[in-house]
Amino acid sequence: MRKVDLCLSSEGAEVILATSSDEKHPPESVIDGNPETFWTTTGMFPQEFIISFHKHVRIEKLVIQSYLVRTLRIEKSTSKEPVDFEQWIEREFGDAATALAANPDGSTISIEDADETPKHQPGPPRGAGREEDDELLGNDDSDKTELLAGQKKSSPFWTFEYYQTFFDVDTHQVFDRIKGSLLPIPGRNFVRLYIRSNPDLYGPFWICATLVFAIAISGNLSNFLIHLGEKTYHYVPEFRKVSIAATVIYSYAWLVPLALWGFLLWRNSKVMNIVSYSFLEIVCVYGYSLFIYIPTAILWIIPQKAVRWILVLIALGVSGSVLAMTFWPAVREDNRRIALATVVTIVLLHMLLSVGCLAYFFDAPEMDHLPTATATPNQTMAAAKSS
Amino acid sequence: MAEAAQSPGDPGTSPKPLFAGLSEIAISRDIPIEGEITIPVRSRIREFDNSTLNESVRNTIMRDLKSVGKKFMHVLYPRKSSTLLRDWDLWGPLILCVALALMLQRGSADNEKDGGPQFAEVFVIVWFGAVTITLNSKLLGGNISFFQSLCVLGYCILPLTVAMLICRLVLLAEQGPINFMVRLFVVIVMFAWSVIASTAFLADSQPPNRRALAVYPVFLFYFVISWMILTFTP
Repeated sequence: MRKVDLCLSSEGAEVILATSSDEKHPPESVIDGNPETFWTTTGMFPQEFIISFHKHVRIEKLVIQSYLVRTLRIEKSTSKEPVDFEQWIEREFGDAATALAANPDGSTISIEDADETPKHQPGPPRGAGREEDDELLGNDDSDKTELLAGQKKSSPFWTFEYYQTFFDVDTHQVFDRIKGSLLPIPGRNFVRLYIRSNPDLYGPFWICATLVFAIAISGNLSNFLIHLGEKTYHYVPEFRKVSIAATVIYSYAWLVPLALWGFLLWRNSKVMNIVSYSFLEIVCVYGYSLFIYIPTAILWIIPQKAVRWILVLIALGVSGSVLAMTFWPAVREDNRRIALATVVTIVLLHMLLSVGCLAYFFDAPEMDHLPTATATPNQTMAAAKSS
Repeated sequence: MAEAAQSPGDPGTSPKPLFAGLSEIAISRDIPIEGEITIPVRSRIREFDNSTLNESVRNTIMRDLKSVGKKFMHVLYPRKSSTLLRDWDLWGPLILCVALALMLQRGSADNEKDGGPQFAEVFVIVWFGAVTITLNSKLLGGNISFFQSLCVLGYCILPLTVAMLICRLVLLAEQGPINFMVRLFVVIVMFAWSVIASTAFLADSQPPNRRALAVYPVFLFYFVISWMILTFTP
């Protein structure tokens, strides 16, 4: 994490308000990075200025150099507009005369605070004086999603805004995550790469919904095509199966992550792991890993046993490897056998789901009955001819 | 010290007009405002209220029916009008949903192994589907109210109800592949119509980077209803 001076116009900071200005010492001197220039105030007191950063920032150290300032108060706001300021720090510098006598170079305050994430930084100096320079050192690990993760917990769970934080994704992000689940790159962790502490519930929910209908409709269609020629077959759109499919798939997508999360939590208490996932991240991984089954279910309409089983293996390979590569770093610190058993169980459950869906919703293609039915009359006819 | 007693800089020649005049504003002085504000009293409202109470029942019902009919027209010819959104009502969706569910039902005496959707199933799918899509749209940050969205989704089932009617009539003729192709064609056209009509109303309420996310569930919803209509066999 490199230290960066965020309070520079080259870093995107702006002085959006200053209560006074002098043409020789404008407010922009505060953020120009030049220690020789300064902002001077004129007029009445208190004077204030507001610095706006172009994104949420985490500030670790704040250094302000001022001259003839009696009181300094710093407020912060985390909203997009300069409203809702809350007081952060206030310092009294005592009598200006004594301060000047003690330190003719001016007063410097240095504040170290790694827990605050202010966006606007106004500083009202009271008393006669001028602001000389401002310097803000910040941690430039300004991945917005990480900071928002700290903001997410703020809404209580009975408000609507709390649930909105789980749907904070854009279209291209959803597409990226789906692509990531289809192309597992060895060594790249799906959660670290794509989710990055912004787990969403949109993907899992709608992928499961699509999968439910895809399986039900494809199963229905495949049965219809298989029994097409038979006289005794009466087509029924088996609507009951939709509810069964929905129950199975949604419980898989929620209960298995719950069990896995509980298991990881339990092991975590025994063995310190480098990587640990929150419940929502696990739900997210499982939800997106089920995406491969949607085209698989549609292709299962093809009434060939070999084709269907090849599809099962391909789908299992892709989604199983996504899951394995996600959870291997979380368990590899553990006892070797337990780690292997966990990963094997995950893949096994996945296989169980796909094979179960194939067996229940799709009738076996009975292509071998027809040739035997036509073969026997030929034999009897040949026997009748020869005898 | 000498610098502290500097005269206020000349704001007029300041290079940044943004801060011009700020130093001259005295913060603590009150600026009095005087004047009068008059609101024109609408005395006609009271008479209007009385008249809807005193009018005949036929007038009331006809007014609601006309409003529903007007919205049907808006769905059939989707233009950029906000009538559907402004005066939402749930009568239209209710009528359409009941009609669709009744037509999708077959006589229970026909076949015990009947696997088609029951009345309750259709009802639940339509209403819970619409509620889920609305919630999804709101959670994604959409700018539409709950009932407005329900209203739009319910009204846009109209083309599919028309398709169901046509399918039922076509099925009175003899069964066969031609029969199926005709029904398939009708259902596909009506499905496209429904999706286009509802996205014309709903897409504007979403920020542009999430539009596709909000439209996809609508697509899925109408697809499932179209599937139910297409696989209907008496």
